[in-house]
Amino acid sequence: MLRFILLRLLQAIPVILVVITVTFFLVRAAPGGPFDSDKAVMPEVKAALEAQYRLDLPMSQQYFAYLGDLAKGDFGPSFKYPGRDVNELISAGLPVTAELGAYALLVALILGGLAGIMAALKPNTAQDYIPMSFAMVGICMPTFLLGPLLVLVFGIYLEWLPVAGWGDIPGDKILPSLTLGAAYAAYIARLGRAGMLEVMSQDYIRTARAKGLPEWQIVVKHALRGGMIPVVAFLGPAFAGLLAGSFVVETIFQIPGLGRFYVQAAFNRDYTMILGTTVFLSTLIILFNLLADILAAWMNPRLRAQLGESK
Amino acid sequence: MTSIENTGNDNPVPNNKISDIAMAEQGTSLWKDAWARLKKNRMALFGLAVLVLFSLIALLTPWIAPYGYEQQNLDLGATPPSAQHWLGTDIFGRDLMTLIMYGGRISLAVGFVATAVALLIGVTYGALAGYVGGRTDAAMMRLVDILYALPFMIFIILLMVVFGRNLLLLFLAIGMVEWLTMARIMRSQVQALRQQEFVEAAVSLGLGPVAIIRKHLVPNALGPIIVYTTLTIPGVMLLEAFLSFLGLGIQPPQTSWGLLISYGAETMEEFPWLLIFPGLALALTLFSLNFLGDGLRDALDVRSSKD
Repeated sequence: MLRFILLRLLQAIPVILVVITVTFFLVRAAPGGPFDSDKAVMPEVKAALEAQYRLDLPMSQQYFAYLGDLAKGDFGPSFKYPGRDVNELISAGLPVTAELGAYALLVALILGGLAGIMAALKPNTAQDYIPMSFAMVGICMPTFLLGPLLVLVFGIYLEWLPVAGWGDIPGDKILPSLTLGAAYAAYIARLGRAGMLEVMSQDYIRTARAKGLPEWQIVVKHALRGGMIPVVAFLGPAFAGLLAGSFVVETIFQIPGLGRFYVQAAFNRDYTMILGTTVFLSTLIILFNLLADILAAWMNPRLRAQLGESK
Repeated sequence: MTSIENTGNDNPVPNNKISDIAMAEQGTSLWKDAWARLKKNRMALFGLAVLVLFSLIALLTPWIAPYGYEQQNLDLGATPPSAQHWLGTDIFGRDLMTLIMYGGRISLAVGFVATAVALLIGVTYGALAGYVGGRTDAAMMRLVDILYALPFMIFIILLMVVFGRNLLLLFLAIGMVEWLTMARIMRSQVQALRQQEFVEAAVSLGLGPVAIIRKHLVPNALGPIIVYTTLTIPGVMLLEAFLSFLGLGIQPPQTSWGLLISYGAETMEEFPWLLIFPGLALALTLFSLNFLGDGLRDALDVRSSKD
């Protein structure tokens, strides 16, 4: 197992390096320099600025200097807004986005997990069709459509819940979490159903039944672990999706999180801000994929055996 | 030679002596079988009908749209659905149905063209990797693994920011992302197929790899390709709408469903129809594609084969 984890970690490093390199040169290839603004800047000022941001150095030196900064945990300054930097933005936005993501994931796991298990226990009955139809709707309904619709119904017509904000009014976290989590609840319901269906037909479940265990104990103690492996494996890709979804949800609900800052930076063409945030977010996504892989492998006894695990 | 008939169909071949004619018949009967199975799936048929209808509307929009695309009526402003404007008008007094029709052209075009790009790259790449095999294959698939791990959503945003938001780039960027799964599927198909005698026969007849891939391998892997193509299109359309919603995709004066939804969301409090109708158009299309894709998967009996 340890070897597997180490191997996967080693595989992640070149990927992260590729991300940094591609992003760096893409941003540098952007037409127009960062200080080509509408106002005429005196040449001396421009030169001083360029020296300050190391733009006077050759490209390769800039690149390695940037790598050095990253190694020290410095994601770089904003060219658009002097004085601001990416680290500041991350420390302001990340806690909010992380909280939103955690709630959304919770919504997805609870709603999706329950629906999937329910459907798998009585396949091809109403108990299967109804949750699975909802899941199909959830998959086809884009976040940016679901969000406004939920706001329209629960916020504006029924006036049950606040329509925007994060942590200002009680209850304002409900709609964003629901919006972000819905699609993943749908995927998890489908994956969970498939996984549980497969597990429930296994011999060891029949053994458990033959022993006379109550049905709920069979499900909770025996089937759940195996049946949820596809769900856990899905959590890695889901994380990337959640992050992208947070761009939309934070924009709709005006939540001051990382996603909204990122979209604003993209909109303002704040290149260095995008560079830093992209590198940060990408690394985060890659690490989460890794984590989900390891977790799925750890949960799967067959795979563990394959990896030569004896512990 | 008999194994050709058996590749996609488990039925024993009743008469395999009359090679050419029987083969042709067997070839069509696979598709006939699939069609018969698809016909029983009502949701898939509904999806197909919606898609055909929407595609026809998109093609004919310039001739059948009730109003001109740029025709404004500022005095009228936003009005709810009425006899003159079936789906209402937006804040500039433009006919919403016309806007949705023109937006659909772009949304569907992005869906189809970007998927075609993905298809072309993915099928070629996967078929080559699977056919050549060995170290080349390992290296090629390793590259796919690495690319898979990249957070593409962020990269597309980056591309759109750096190189400007134009339609052609959007096609390419999305296509470049979506080819990976196609490549994996194609490779596993080709790996399975190239062991078969008819490929061996083609090799011994002196056919080159390109001809074998084009004439023998791709046609035999058509089922999975069609299924995954159908399932890729909604993903692509969603991606375009997502970008347009954030203001990073389609730019005015052009419009797309994602952009219309984004405008609709801004004014939904006063003019909810501006959100609901474009949203309905997009959701209905995505539904249809998903249902059709699922139906085709069952009809063509494609098992999910990722590796």
